[in-house]
Amino acid sequence: MSLNEELQVIAPSKLSVEKVSKRFRTSRHEEVHALDNVSLQVGEGDFVCLVGPSGCGKSTLLSIIAGLEKPDTGHVLSDGKPVTEPGRDRMVMFQESALFPWLDVMNNVLFGLKLKPGLKNSDRREVARFYIKLVGLEKFAHSNIHELSGGMKQRVALARALAPNPRVLLMDEPFAALDALTREQLYGDIQKIWEARKKTIVFVTHNVREAVCLGNRVILFSPHPGRIREEFSIDLPRPRDINSVELAGYSSEITRALKGYVNKEASE
Amino acid sequence: MRRFIISALFFALLVFAWHEIVTIKVAQKNGWSPVLAVQPQEVGVYLWGAVKDGTLWQASLVTMRRLVIGYIIGIVIGLPLGLLTARWKFCEDTIGVLALGLQTLPSVCWVPLALLWFGQSESAMLFVVIMGSLWSVVIATDNGVRNVPPIYARAARTMGSKRLHTWVKVILPASLPFIVSGMKQGWAFAWRSLMAAEIYVAILTGVGLGQLLQYGRDLNAMDQVIGIMFVIVVIGLLADKIMFSPWEKFMHRRWGTGRS
Repeated sequence: MSLNEELQVIAPSKLSVEKVSKRFRTSRHEEVHALDNVSLQVGEGDFVCLVGPSGCGKSTLLSIIAGLEKPDTGHVLSDGKPVTEPGRDRMVMFQESALFPWLDVMNNVLFGLKLKPGLKNSDRREVARFYIKLVGLEKFAHSNIHELSGGMKQRVALARALAPNPRVLLMDEPFAALDALTREQLYGDIQKIWEARKKTIVFVTHNVREAVCLGNRVILFSPHPGRIREEFSIDLPRPRDINSVELAGYSSEITRALKGYVNKEASE
Repeated sequence: MRRFIISALFFALLVFAWHEIVTIKVAQKNGWSPVLAVQPQEVGVYLWGAVKDGTLWQASLVTMRRLVIGYIIGIVIGLPLGLLTARWKFCEDTIGVLALGLQTLPSVCWVPLALLWFGQSESAMLFVVIMGSLWSVVIATDNGVRNVPPIYARAARTMGSKRLHTWVKVILPASLPFIVSGMKQGWAFAWRSLMAAEIYVAILTGVGLGQLLQYGRDLNAMDQVIGIMFVIVVIGLLADKIMFSPWEKFMHRRWGTGRS
Protein backbone atom coordinates (compact mmCIF):
# COMPACT_ATOMS: atom_id res chain seq x y z
CA MET A 1 0.00 0.00 0.00
CA SER A 2 1.38 3.40 -0.86
CA LEU A 3 1.86 6.23 1.56
CA ASN A 4 -0.88 8.36 0.01
CA GLU A 5 -3.42 5.57 0.11
CA GLU A 6 -2.52 4.97 3.73
CA LEU A 7 -3.08 8.60 4.66
CA GLN A 8 -6.39 8.86 2.77
CA VAL A 9 -9.57 9.63 4.62
CA ILE A 10 -11.42 6.32 4.58
CA ALA A 11 -15.11 5.62 5.01
CA PRO A 12 -16.20 5.32 8.64
CA SER A 13 -18.02 2.22 9.86
CA LYS A 14 -21.57 1.63 10.92
CA LEU A 15 -21.87 -0.06 14.30
CA SER A 16 -24.84 -1.97 15.56
CA VAL A 17 -25.14 -3.26 19.08
CA GLU A 18 -27.87 -5.88 19.26
CA LYS A 19 -29.43 -7.05 22.52
CA VAL A 20 -26.15 -7.18 24.42
CA SER A 21 -26.15 -8.42 28.01
CA LYS A 22 -23.18 -8.85 30.30
CA ARG A 23 -22.81 -9.94 33.91
CA PHE A 24 -19.64 -10.37 35.87
CA ARG A 25 -18.60 -11.15 39.40
CA THR A 26 -16.70 -8.77 41.62
CA SER A 27 -13.88 -9.97 43.85
CA ARG A 28 -16.43 -10.20 46.69
CA HIS A 29 -18.54 -12.61 44.64
CA GLU A 30 -21.33 -10.13 44.10
CA GLU A 31 -22.88 -10.39 40.70
CA VAL A 32 -23.01 -7.17 38.73
CA HIS A 33 -25.47 -6.88 35.90
CA ALA A 34 -23.39 -4.52 33.83
CA LEU A 35 -25.51 -4.50 30.69
CA ASP A 36 -29.07 -5.65 30.26
CA ASN A 37 -30.35 -6.17 26.75
CA VAL A 38 -28.76 -3.06 25.29
CA SER A 39 -29.28 -2.20 21.63
CA LEU A 40 -27.78 0.78 19.86
CA GLN A 41 -27.26 1.84 16.27
CA VAL A 42 -24.38 4.13 15.35
CA GLY A 43 -24.34 5.43 11.80
CA GLU A 44 -21.31 6.00 9.57
CA GLY A 45 -19.34 8.97 10.80
CA ASP A 46 -21.62 9.60 13.75
CA PHE A 47 -20.34 11.03 17.04
CA VAL A 48 -22.17 9.33 19.90
CA CYS A 49 -21.61 10.02 23.59
CA LEU A 50 -22.57 7.49 26.25
CA VAL A 51 -23.34 9.18 29.56
CA GLY A 52 -24.29 7.80 32.93
CA PRO A 53 -23.20 7.37 36.54
CA SER A 54 -20.42 4.91 37.32
CA GLY A 55 -21.48 1.28 37.19
CA CYS A 56 -23.99 1.83 34.39
CA GLY A 57 -22.03 -0.36 32.00
CA LYS A 58 -21.02 2.32 29.51
CA SER A 59 -17.33 1.41 29.69
CA THR A 60 -18.19 -2.28 29.49
CA LEU A 61 -20.16 -1.62 26.32
CA LEU A 62 -17.16 0.20 24.85
CA SER A 63 -14.89 -2.76 25.67
CA ILE A 64 -17.36 -5.09 23.98
CA ILE A 65 -17.46 -2.93 20.85
CA ALA A 66 -13.66 -2.88 20.92
CA GLY A 67 -13.65 -6.69 21.10
CA LEU A 68 -11.71 -6.68 24.36
CA GLU A 69 -14.60 -8.36 26.16
CA LYS A 70 -17.28 -10.74 25.01
CA PRO A 71 -20.98 -10.24 25.71
CA ASP A 72 -22.92 -13.03 27.46
CA THR A 73 -25.72 -12.71 24.95
CA GLY A 74 -26.30 -10.56 21.90
CA HIS A 75 -23.65 -9.29 19.54
CA VAL A 76 -22.00 -6.27 18.00
CA LEU A 77 -21.75 -5.79 14.26
CA SER A 78 -19.25 -3.54 12.59
CA ASP A 79 -20.29 -2.88 9.00
CA GLY A 80 -22.46 -5.98 9.29
CA LYS A 81 -19.60 -8.24 10.41
CA PRO A 82 -19.73 -9.63 13.97
CA VAL A 83 -17.04 -8.33 16.34
CA THR A 84 -15.21 -11.22 18.02
CA GLU A 85 -11.81 -9.73 18.81
CA PRO A 86 -9.98 -6.40 18.75
CA GLY A 87 -9.28 -5.08 15.27
CA ARG A 88 -7.39 -2.24 13.67
CA ASP A 89 -10.63 -0.87 12.29
CA ARG A 90 -11.70 0.01 15.87
CA MET A 91 -9.06 1.82 17.90
CA VAL A 92 -9.43 2.68 21.58
CA MET A 93 -8.34 5.61 23.71
CA PHE A 94 -8.33 5.00 27.47
CA GLN A 95 -8.71 7.25 30.47
CA GLU A 96 -5.09 6.80 31.45
CA SER A 97 -3.12 7.39 28.29
CA ALA A 98 -1.80 3.79 28.42
CA LEU A 99 1.27 4.96 26.52
CA PHE A 100 4.33 2.74 26.84
CA PRO A 101 6.98 4.45 28.99
CA TRP A 102 9.86 2.44 27.49
CA LEU A 103 9.22 3.99 24.06
CA ASP A 104 9.45 7.62 23.00
CA VAL A 105 6.52 9.48 21.41
CA MET A 106 7.45 8.43 17.87
CA ASN A 107 7.74 4.75 18.75
CA ASN A 108 4.51 4.80 20.72
CA VAL A 109 2.70 6.05 17.63
CA LEU A 110 4.58 3.51 15.51
CA PHE A 111 3.58 0.59 17.74
CA GLY A 112 0.28 -0.10 15.99
CA LEU A 113 1.65 0.83 12.57
CA LYS A 114 4.40 -1.75 12.83
CA LEU A 115 1.70 -4.39 13.25
CA LYS A 116 -0.07 -3.24 10.12
CA PRO A 117 1.08 -5.32 7.16
CA GLY A 118 1.80 -4.08 3.66
CA LEU A 119 3.68 -0.90 4.50
CA LYS A 120 7.31 0.06 4.06
CA ASN A 121 9.09 1.02 7.26
CA SER A 122 9.92 4.46 5.91
CA ASP A 123 6.23 4.97 5.11
CA ARG A 124 5.29 3.92 8.63
CA ARG A 125 7.53 6.63 10.03
CA GLU A 126 6.02 9.12 7.60
CA VAL A 127 2.50 8.19 8.71
CA ALA A 128 3.49 8.47 12.39
CA ARG A 129 4.97 11.91 11.72
CA PHE A 130 1.76 12.97 9.98
CA TYR A 131 -0.40 12.13 13.00
CA ILE A 132 2.05 13.54 15.55
CA LYS A 133 1.84 16.77 13.59
CA LEU A 134 -1.95 16.52 13.42
CA VAL A 135 -2.15 16.57 17.22
CA GLY A 136 0.37 19.42 17.32
CA LEU A 137 3.32 17.62 18.90
CA GLU A 138 5.88 17.61 16.09
CA LYS A 139 8.43 19.22 18.41
CA PHE A 140 8.03 16.37 20.89
CA ALA A 141 8.39 13.39 18.54
CA HIS A 142 11.46 12.18 20.39
CA SER A 143 10.43 13.11 23.91
CA ASN A 144 10.02 10.52 26.62
CA ILE A 145 6.51 9.94 27.91
CA HIS A 146 7.27 11.04 31.48
CA GLU A 147 8.36 14.44 30.18
CA LEU A 148 4.90 15.21 28.78
CA SER A 149 1.98 16.87 30.56
CA GLY A 150 -1.33 15.04 30.99
CA GLY A 151 -2.86 16.81 28.00
CA MET A 152 0.12 16.08 25.77
CA LYS A 153 0.00 12.41 26.77
CA GLN A 154 -3.62 12.21 25.65
CA ARG A 155 -2.69 13.88 22.37
CA VAL A 156 -0.06 11.20 21.80
CA ALA A 157 -2.63 8.56 22.69
CA LEU A 158 -4.96 10.13 20.11
CA ALA A 159 -2.22 10.10 17.48
CA ARG A 160 -1.48 6.47 18.32
CA ALA A 161 -5.15 5.57 17.96
CA LEU A 162 -5.50 7.44 14.66
CA ALA A 163 -2.28 6.14 13.12
CA PRO A 164 -3.51 2.76 11.83
CA ASN A 165 -6.35 4.72 10.12
CA PRO A 166 -9.27 3.02 11.89
CA ARG A 167 -12.88 3.45 10.83
CA VAL A 168 -14.09 3.74 14.41
CA LEU A 169 -12.61 5.57 17.39
CA LEU A 170 -13.68 4.36 20.83
CA MET A 171 -12.91 6.78 23.65
CA ASP A 172 -13.25 5.78 27.29
CA GLU A 173 -13.32 8.96 29.42
CA PRO A 174 -10.11 10.15 27.78
CA PHE A 175 -10.19 13.63 29.31
CA ALA A 176 -11.43 12.77 32.81
CA ALA A 177 -8.03 13.17 34.44
CA LEU A 178 -7.17 16.52 32.82
CA ASP A 179 -7.59 20.06 34.10
CA ALA A 180 -10.45 22.17 32.71
CA LEU A 181 -8.33 24.40 30.47
CA THR A 182 -6.51 21.51 28.80
CA ARG A 183 -9.82 19.72 28.35
CA GLU A 184 -11.37 22.69 26.54
CA GLN A 185 -8.47 22.78 24.10
CA LEU A 186 -8.87 19.09 23.42
CA TYR A 187 -12.64 19.49 22.81
CA GLY A 188 -11.76 21.83 19.99
CA ASP A 189 -9.08 19.52 18.61
CA ILE A 190 -11.18 16.41 18.71
CA GLN A 191 -14.05 18.11 16.83
CA LYS A 192 -11.63 19.34 14.18
CA ILE A 193 -10.01 15.94 13.79
CA TRP A 194 -13.39 14.21 13.66
CA GLU A 195 -14.44 16.49 10.81
CA ALA A 196 -11.14 16.16 8.96
CA ARG A 197 -10.66 12.40 9.32
CA LYS A 198 -14.33 11.27 9.22
CA LYS A 199 -14.34 8.68 11.97
CA THR A 200 -17.27 7.07 13.70
CA ILE A 201 -16.74 7.99 17.35
CA VAL A 202 -18.22 6.41 20.45
CA PHE A 203 -17.27 8.50 23.45
CA VAL A 204 -17.86 7.44 27.07
CA THR A 205 -18.04 10.06 29.80
CA HIS A 206 -19.81 10.90 33.05
CA ASN A 207 -19.56 14.61 32.26
CA VAL A 208 -22.83 15.73 30.67
CA ARG A 209 -21.49 19.06 29.38
CA GLU A 210 -18.61 17.28 27.72
CA ALA A 211 -21.05 14.90 26.04
CA VAL A 212 -23.22 17.75 24.77
CA CYS A 213 -20.18 19.64 23.54
CA LEU A 214 -18.89 16.71 21.51
CA GLY A 215 -21.70 14.40 20.47
CA ASN A 216 -24.29 14.46 17.70
CA ARG A 217 -26.24 12.18 20.00
CA VAL A 218 -26.10 11.72 23.75
CA ILE A 219 -27.24 8.34 25.07
CA LEU A 220 -28.24 8.22 28.72
CA PHE A 221 -27.48 5.07 30.73
CA SER A 222 -28.70 4.08 34.17
CA PRO A 223 -27.12 1.44 36.41
CA HIS A 224 -28.19 -1.80 38.15
CA PRO A 225 -28.73 -3.19 35.59
CA GLY A 226 -27.04 -1.09 32.93
CA ARG A 227 -29.67 0.05 30.45
CA ILE A 228 -30.18 2.78 27.89
CA ARG A 229 -32.83 5.18 29.23
CA GLU A 230 -33.07 8.06 26.86
CA GLU A 231 -31.49 9.56 23.82
CA PHE A 232 -30.95 13.21 23.00
CA SER A 233 -29.86 14.57 19.69
CA ILE A 234 -27.77 17.70 19.94
CA ASP A 235 -28.57 20.19 17.24
CA LEU A 236 -25.85 22.77 17.62
CA PRO A 237 -23.44 24.13 15.00
CA ARG A 238 -19.78 23.20 15.22
CA PRO A 239 -17.25 23.93 16.45
CA ARG A 240 -19.07 24.08 19.75
CA ASP A 241 -17.90 26.03 22.75
CA ILE A 242 -18.47 24.29 26.05
CA ASN A 243 -19.26 27.61 27.74
CA SER A 244 -22.05 28.64 25.36
CA VAL A 245 -25.58 29.25 26.65
CA GLU A 246 -27.29 26.94 24.16
CA LEU A 247 -25.03 24.14 25.21
CA ALA A 248 -25.80 24.81 28.88
CA GLY A 249 -29.51 24.50 28.06
CA TYR A 250 -29.08 20.99 26.62
CA SER A 251 -26.82 19.97 29.42
CA SER A 252 -29.19 21.03 32.21
CA GLU A 253 -32.03 19.19 30.50
CA ILE A 254 -29.97 15.99 30.29
CA THR A 255 -28.65 16.38 33.83
CA ARG A 256 -32.22 16.67 35.09
CA ALA A 257 -33.17 13.48 33.32
CA LEU A 258 -30.08 11.72 34.68
CA LYS A 259 -30.86 12.79 38.25
CA GLY A 260 -34.39 11.47 37.81
CA TYR A 261 -33.12 7.97 37.05
CA VAL A 262 -30.56 8.03 39.85
CA ASN A 263 -33.11 9.21 42.43
CA LYS A 264 -35.69 6.71 41.27
CA GLU A 265 -33.19 3.96 41.82
CA ALA A 266 -32.26 5.29 45.26
CA SER A 267 -35.91 5.33 46.37
CA GLU A 268 -36.62 1.83 45.10
CA MET B 1 34.89 17.06 39.58
CA ARG B 2 34.54 18.52 43.07
CA ARG B 3 32.97 15.30 44.27
CA PHE B 4 35.74 13.27 42.69
CA ILE B 5 38.36 15.33 44.53
CA ILE B 6 36.55 14.82 47.83
CA SER B 7 36.45 11.06 47.27
CA ALA B 8 40.11 10.95 46.24
CA LEU B 9 41.15 12.96 49.28
CA PHE B 10 39.15 10.71 51.57
CA PHE B 11 40.83 7.56 50.29
CA ALA B 12 44.28 9.14 50.33
CA LEU B 13 43.66 10.07 53.94
CA LEU B 14 42.48 6.57 54.74
CA VAL B 15 45.63 4.99 53.28
CA PHE B 16 47.80 7.54 55.05
CA ALA B 17 46.11 6.83 58.42
CA TRP B 18 46.54 3.11 57.83
CA HIS B 19 50.24 3.62 57.14
CA GLU B 20 50.77 5.84 60.22
CA ILE B 21 48.84 3.69 62.67
CA VAL B 22 50.59 0.49 61.54
CA THR B 23 54.00 2.19 61.76
CA ILE B 24 53.35 3.41 65.30
CA LYS B 25 51.74 0.21 66.56
CA VAL B 26 54.45 -2.07 65.14
CA ALA B 27 57.25 0.08 66.66
CA GLN B 28 55.73 -0.15 70.16
CA LYS B 29 56.93 -2.75 72.61
CA ASN B 30 54.32 -5.58 72.65
CA GLY B 31 52.75 -3.80 69.69
CA TRP B 32 51.15 -5.36 66.60
CA SER B 33 52.90 -8.15 64.76
CA PRO B 34 54.38 -6.85 61.49
CA VAL B 35 53.23 -10.08 59.85
CA LEU B 36 49.58 -9.34 60.54
CA ALA B 37 49.63 -5.57 60.33
CA VAL B 38 50.98 -4.96 56.86
CA GLN B 39 51.72 -1.62 55.31
CA PRO B 40 49.69 -0.36 52.34
CA GLN B 41 52.84 -0.27 50.21
CA GLU B 42 53.40 -3.99 50.88
CA VAL B 43 49.95 -4.71 49.53
CA GLY B 44 50.83 -2.60 46.50
CA VAL B 45 54.06 -4.51 45.97
CA TYR B 46 52.21 -7.82 46.18
CA LEU B 47 49.59 -6.70 43.68
CA TRP B 48 52.22 -5.41 41.26
CA GLY B 49 54.08 -8.72 41.51
CA ALA B 50 50.90 -10.70 41.02
CA VAL B 51 50.02 -8.62 37.97
CA LYS B 52 53.51 -9.05 36.49
CA ASP B 53 53.76 -12.83 36.93
CA GLY B 54 50.22 -13.26 35.67
CA THR B 55 48.70 -15.00 38.70
CA LEU B 56 46.21 -12.20 39.23
CA TRP B 57 44.95 -12.19 35.63
CA GLN B 58 44.81 -15.94 35.63
CA ALA B 59 42.82 -16.09 38.85
CA SER B 60 40.48 -13.27 37.86
CA LEU B 61 39.87 -14.95 34.53
CA VAL B 62 39.06 -18.28 36.15
CA THR B 63 36.69 -16.63 38.61
CA MET B 64 34.99 -14.44 36.03
CA ARG B 65 34.51 -17.36 33.69
CA ARG B 66 32.74 -19.36 36.39
CA LEU B 67 30.68 -16.39 37.38
CA VAL B 68 29.63 -15.22 33.93
CA ILE B 69 28.78 -18.67 32.57
CA GLY B 70 26.84 -19.63 35.70
CA TYR B 71 25.07 -16.29 35.80
CA ILE B 72 24.05 -16.41 32.16
CA ILE B 73 22.68 -19.92 32.63
CA GLY B 74 20.84 -18.67 35.72
CA ILE B 75 19.20 -15.88 33.71
CA VAL B 76 18.45 -18.04 30.68
CA ILE B 77 16.61 -20.52 32.93
CA GLY B 78 15.25 -17.99 35.42
CA LEU B 79 13.64 -15.51 33.04
CA PRO B 80 11.32 -17.99 31.28
CA LEU B 81 10.51 -19.67 34.60
CA GLY B 82 9.49 -16.29 36.03
CA LEU B 83 7.27 -15.65 33.00
CA LEU B 84 5.69 -19.08 33.46
CA THR B 85 4.97 -18.58 37.16
CA ALA B 86 3.43 -15.18 36.45
CA ARG B 87 1.29 -16.51 33.62
CA TRP B 88 -0.03 -19.83 34.90
CA LYS B 89 -1.51 -20.60 38.32
CA PHE B 90 -0.17 -24.15 38.04
CA CYS B 91 3.42 -22.94 37.67
CA GLU B 92 2.93 -20.38 40.42
CA ASP B 93 1.78 -23.08 42.86
CA THR B 94 4.71 -25.35 41.97
CA ILE B 95 7.82 -23.59 40.66
CA GLY B 96 6.82 -20.29 42.27
CA VAL B 97 6.62 -21.80 45.75
CA LEU B 98 9.88 -23.67 45.19
CA ALA B 99 11.62 -20.45 44.12
CA LEU B 100 10.31 -18.55 47.14
CA GLY B 101 11.55 -21.28 49.45
CA LEU B 102 14.96 -21.72 47.89
CA GLN B 103 15.57 -17.98 47.65
CA THR B 104 15.61 -17.79 51.44
CA LEU B 105 18.41 -20.38 51.51
CA PRO B 106 21.76 -18.57 51.73
CA SER B 107 23.48 -19.59 48.53
CA VAL B 108 26.66 -20.75 50.29
CA CYS B 109 24.52 -23.57 51.72
CA TRP B 110 24.55 -25.13 48.23
CA VAL B 111 28.32 -25.67 48.43
CA PRO B 112 28.37 -28.94 50.44
CA LEU B 113 25.69 -30.43 48.20
CA ALA B 114 27.49 -29.33 45.05
CA LEU B 115 30.74 -30.89 46.26
CA LEU B 116 29.07 -34.18 47.08
CA TRP B 117 27.35 -34.34 43.71
CA PHE B 118 30.02 -32.99 41.42
CA GLY B 119 33.26 -33.40 43.38
CA GLN B 120 35.96 -30.73 43.35
CA SER B 121 35.17 -29.65 39.80
CA GLU B 122 34.08 -26.75 37.64
CA SER B 123 30.59 -28.22 37.58
CA ALA B 124 30.34 -27.77 41.33
CA MET B 125 31.30 -24.09 41.01
CA LEU B 126 28.83 -23.53 38.19
CA PHE B 127 26.09 -25.25 40.13
CA VAL B 128 26.64 -22.97 43.13
CA VAL B 129 26.58 -19.82 40.95
CA ILE B 130 23.44 -20.95 39.12
CA MET B 131 21.61 -21.74 42.34
CA GLY B 132 22.74 -18.42 43.76
CA SER B 133 21.32 -16.33 40.90
CA LEU B 134 18.46 -18.41 39.50
CA TRP B 135 15.83 -17.96 42.21
CA SER B 136 16.09 -14.22 42.55
CA VAL B 137 15.79 -13.87 38.77
CA VAL B 138 12.66 -16.08 38.80
CA ILE B 139 11.06 -14.10 41.61
CA ALA B 140 11.96 -10.69 40.18
CA THR B 141 10.61 -11.60 36.73
CA ASP B 142 7.41 -12.98 38.22
CA ASN B 143 7.02 -9.88 40.36
CA GLY B 144 7.75 -7.58 37.42
CA VAL B 145 5.18 -9.20 35.16
CA ARG B 146 2.52 -9.05 37.88
CA ASN B 147 3.17 -5.35 38.29
CA VAL B 148 2.60 -4.51 34.63
CA PRO B 149 -0.60 -2.44 34.46
CA PRO B 150 -3.20 -4.56 32.59
CA ILE B 151 -4.06 -1.51 30.49
CA TYR B 152 -0.78 -1.89 28.56
CA ALA B 153 -1.77 -5.34 27.33
CA ARG B 154 -5.30 -4.13 26.53
CA ALA B 155 -3.98 -1.18 24.56
CA ALA B 156 -1.57 -3.45 22.70
CA ARG B 157 -4.38 -5.87 21.83
CA THR B 158 -6.46 -3.12 20.26
CA MET B 159 -3.49 -2.35 18.02
CA GLY B 160 -3.32 -5.94 16.83
CA SER B 161 -0.68 -7.32 19.18
CA LYS B 162 -1.16 -10.96 20.12
CA ARG B 163 0.34 -13.63 22.42
CA LEU B 164 4.09 -13.80 21.76
CA HIS B 165 4.24 -10.27 20.34
CA THR B 166 2.52 -8.92 23.45
CA TRP B 167 4.93 -10.79 25.71
CA VAL B 168 8.08 -9.73 23.93
CA LYS B 169 7.10 -6.17 23.00
CA VAL B 170 4.92 -5.16 25.96
CA ILE B 171 5.06 -7.34 29.08
CA LEU B 172 8.81 -7.86 29.06
CA PRO B 173 9.86 -4.23 28.52
CA ALA B 174 7.16 -3.05 30.93
CA SER B 175 8.63 -5.23 33.68
CA LEU B 176 12.21 -4.20 32.89
CA PRO B 177 12.73 -2.16 36.09
CA PHE B 178 11.84 -5.18 38.21
CA ILE B 179 13.80 -7.61 36.08
CA VAL B 180 16.97 -5.51 36.15
CA SER B 181 16.85 -5.11 39.91
CA GLY B 182 16.29 -8.87 40.21
CA MET B 183 19.24 -9.52 37.90
CA LYS B 184 21.36 -7.25 40.08
CA GLN B 185 20.37 -9.14 43.16
CA GLY B 186 21.04 -12.41 41.36
CA TRP B 187 24.48 -11.14 40.40
CA ALA B 188 25.25 -10.16 44.00
CA PHE B 189 24.16 -13.57 45.29
CA ALA B 190 26.12 -15.41 42.61
CA TRP B 191 29.26 -13.38 43.32
CA ARG B 192 29.04 -14.00 47.05
CA SER B 193 28.34 -17.69 46.76
CA LEU B 194 31.16 -18.20 44.27
CA MET B 195 33.67 -16.53 46.61
CA ALA B 196 32.45 -18.69 49.47
CA ALA B 197 32.78 -21.80 47.35
CA GLU B 198 36.26 -20.90 46.14
CA ILE B 199 37.49 -20.23 49.66
CA TYR B 200 35.83 -23.35 50.96
CA VAL B 201 37.37 -25.79 48.56
CA ALA B 202 40.34 -25.97 46.21
CA ILE B 203 39.28 -26.76 42.67
CA LEU B 204 41.94 -28.56 40.72
CA THR B 205 40.96 -27.24 37.30
CA GLY B 206 41.74 -23.61 38.04
CA VAL B 207 42.81 -21.25 40.80
CA GLY B 208 40.31 -18.46 41.32
CA LEU B 209 40.42 -15.30 43.40
CA GLY B 210 38.81 -17.01 46.38
CA GLN B 211 41.51 -19.63 46.35
CA LEU B 212 44.24 -16.98 46.15
CA LEU B 213 42.64 -15.39 49.18
CA GLN B 214 42.66 -18.70 51.03
CA TYR B 215 46.32 -19.37 50.07
CA GLY B 216 47.14 -15.97 51.54
CA ARG B 217 45.68 -17.17 54.80
CA ASP B 218 47.53 -20.51 54.62
CA LEU B 219 50.83 -18.71 54.04
CA ASN B 220 50.16 -16.03 56.67
CA ALA B 221 50.60 -13.55 53.79
CA MET B 222 48.52 -10.60 54.94
CA ASP B 223 49.59 -8.50 51.92
CA GLN B 224 48.07 -11.13 49.65
CA VAL B 225 44.88 -11.38 51.71
CA ILE B 226 44.25 -7.64 51.62
CA GLY B 227 45.42 -7.32 48.01
CA ILE B 228 42.96 -9.95 46.81
CA MET B 229 40.14 -8.46 48.85
CA PHE B 230 40.86 -5.18 47.10
CA VAL B 231 40.72 -6.85 43.69
CA ILE B 232 37.41 -8.50 44.58
CA VAL B 233 35.93 -5.12 45.48
CA VAL B 234 37.18 -3.60 42.22
CA ILE B 235 35.70 -6.40 40.13
CA GLY B 236 32.38 -6.04 41.93
CA LEU B 237 32.29 -2.31 41.17
CA LEU B 238 33.32 -2.79 37.54
CA ALA B 239 30.69 -5.46 36.97
CA ASP B 240 28.05 -3.11 38.29
CA LYS B 241 29.23 -0.30 36.01
CA ILE B 242 29.61 -2.42 32.88
CA MET B 243 26.57 -4.65 33.17
CA PHE B 244 23.92 -2.66 34.96
CA SER B 245 24.68 1.02 34.49
CA PRO B 246 23.54 1.13 30.83
CA TRP B 247 20.21 -0.46 31.74
CA GLU B 248 19.70 1.82 34.68
CA LYS B 249 20.55 4.90 32.63
CA PHE B 250 18.06 3.81 29.98
CA MET B 251 15.36 3.38 32.62
CA HIS B 252 16.09 6.70 34.29
CA ARG B 253 15.81 8.39 30.92
CA ARG B 254 12.64 6.67 29.76
CA TRP B 255 10.69 6.17 32.98
CA GLY B 256 12.08 9.29 34.60
CA THR B 257 12.67 7.44 37.84
CA GLY B 258 15.43 8.01 40.37
CA ARG B 259 18.21 10.55 39.89
CA SER B 260 18.06 12.53 36.71
